[in-house]
Amino acid sequence: MSVSTVEIANAATTSPFDNRTLTASGRAMIVAASLVVGVALSAVLGGVAIVRVVAIAAVLHTAALYLASLRIEGRRRAIDRLMTSVVTGSFVLVLIPLVSVIWTSIDRGAARFDGAFFTETMRGVAGAGGGAKHAIIGTLIITGLAAVLSVPVGILVAVYLVEYGQRNRLSSMITTMVDVMTGIPSIVAGLFAYSLFVIFQGPGARSGIAGAVALSVLMTPVIVRATEEMLRLVSNDLREASFALGVPKWKTIVKVVLPTAVGGILTGITLAIARVIGETAPLLIASGLAQDTNLNPLSGRMTTLPVMSYYGYVAPGFPPEAGYDRGWAAALTLIIIVLVLFTAARVIAKVLQPKGFR
Amino acid sequence: MSTDTIDDTDRTPTGGFAAEPVSKVGDRVFSGLSRGAGIIILVTLAGVAMFLVWNAMPALTASSKEIGPGGDEGNGKGFLSYVGTLAFGTVWAALLALLIAVPFGVAIALYISHYAPKRLSRTLGYVIDLLAAIPSVVYGLWGIFVLAPTMADHVYPWFSDHLGFVPMFSGKVLASGRSMATVALVLAVMILPIITAISREVFLQTPRLNEEAALALGATRWEMIRIAVLPYGKSGVISGAMLGLGRALGETMAVALILAPANVYSLKLFTSQNPNTIAANIALQFPESTGLEVNTLIATGLVLFAITLFVNLMSRRAARGNIF
Repeated sequence: MSVSTVEIANAATTSPFDNRTLTASGRAMIVAASLVVGVALSAVLGGVAIVRVVAIAAVLHTAALYLASLRIEGRRRAIDRLMTSVVTGSFVLVLIPLVSVIWTSIDRGAARFDGAFFTETMRGVAGAGGGAKHAIIGTLIITGLAAVLSVPVGILVAVYLVEYGQRNRLSSMITTMVDVMTGIPSIVAGLFAYSLFVIFQGPGARSGIAGAVALSVLMTPVIVRATEEMLRLVSNDLREASFALGVPKWKTIVKVVLPTAVGGILTGITLAIARVIGETAPLLIASGLAQDTNLNPLSGRMTTLPVMSYYGYVAPGFPPEAGYDRGWAAALTLIIIVLVLFTAARVIAKVLQPKGFR
Repeated sequence: MSTDTIDDTDRTPTGGFAAEPVSKVGDRVFSGLSRGAGIIILVTLAGVAMFLVWNAMPALTASSKEIGPGGDEGNGKGFLSYVGTLAFGTVWAALLALLIAVPFGVAIALYISHYAPKRLSRTLGYVIDLLAAIPSVVYGLWGIFVLAPTMADHVYPWFSDHLGFVPMFSGKVLASGRSMATVALVLAVMILPIITAISREVFLQTPRLNEEAALALGATRWEMIRIAVLPYGKSGVISGAMLGLGRALGETMAVALILAPANVYSLKLFTSQNPNTIAANIALQFPESTGLEVNTLIATGLVLFAITLFVNLMSRRAARGNIF
């Protein structure tokens, strides 16, 4: 079955004029026939439902197209058509769950996506009502703190790797460790933050800052990677021109290298924030659940949107529908935030792209 | 590290000597800062390992009767027995997800890189990246509200009725659908964007000349992909799959929301006998745990850390083309 280059070459040279192909009308007939048989078969199998008709018709179409092509165009073209059907078919098949995720979030999230959801907290709310104001504030505080902790460190590490530590032992060690950090499961980061803050705050302590530390463990390697990639893209000519003018190295980095790469770096930071803002597991462990707004990250539990969404299902209260609706609304809010951050990252990348890279 | 700053500067091809005489103080400070940041990374990682080991110690050294379900009454079976089913469930769920996600991930990547129209493929690439960033709790909610009931009503019974002789499909179908099969499907949907994103990138990097040479010899599009694109992208697909595996192993909320766990070793996909995963077990137990239970959970976290570390190491090797 293996397609060797020789075989292809032979086919090309021995039959250059033998290009009988399936005509457009032939293909239309195959499509129509598979649809008709699809409807008929699904009626036999238990009622005409759109999903069943499309599924059966798609399988029939793939098979019929393959057989027709096999007869008319030969084995190689037939396999090509078969693979095109398979690849396109898998793509469409996979779209179904992904579209369903988005659609369900919008559909179910819309029920409580109202004014009260953004202006009220869960304080004293047992059944219906309440809102996510406390969770939104918590998300902003914890993610903001995580960014404050990890952005400077991330950028400086990348500067060290690219500008100072090329090829030395420390930098190769750091590169390896950044790789390892990228792979830390988020719940392990949460356990780490918990273990760390237990020392200061005693067993069972939960706080916003612990959550922020957990998130920054997840965030820093992403920022290092993105920044490193961007700094390596900055042309050496720029650095050398700056040195030639007698500008010291650190000033060259701060005034020439970093500004040139600023678009890419900001994009990387935005994407890193988008990644961690939806993290649930580490915050569940390190920051816990609170019913009211907590503005002090140093003490007391602090709720975030994903954690609220999780508890909306796990502990919905009575009637459960109200809790489910709140959970979905929190999920929808998160998706929208991620979407906005992604779009922002794109815009930043476009606007701040240095002229040389356009 | 005994090398001093000037030495480092000399060795960088970008630095040269130009910067040296002008402002030594500024350079010292800045290079010190950035080196310090690098050291912070090392310290943090060492800290992660140290704090986990420190807090896991009580569980690892306690008598086995105190650990595991019933441990507070002295009926526990020990840490190894406790973590055993969890580690098994973690690896089993992740492997199932990988098995489903890799073929589809490669197919979608091929569709975007070689089948879809150029304009569409950019947008699709962006959409896939976006899907990779959707919070896992959303996937979990979707799994429990939409996927689990649908599959339990329409799909699992069919498998169980017609293919029940296969051990994996045997047993009584759990009516709520909160079984290993649903978890594996949701995990597959979650890691699909990762595998797709990385595969797509390497497929797009296939040397244009190789592709055109294949086409010029009369290869059909699929033959071109088989002889030019796939061999070139193999290591990328493998490292993408490994990354996906890493994420599936560490995935917490989706599993915690969906699975109806039992403390068993079982390969059955549709029943109520589902081994839990390490991460989901931590998320479920941690908020209510105290004392030695917390230490036990942290110890299981350490095991998870070790497993993912191993997978990441493999993925790094795969990216360099050293295995397979």
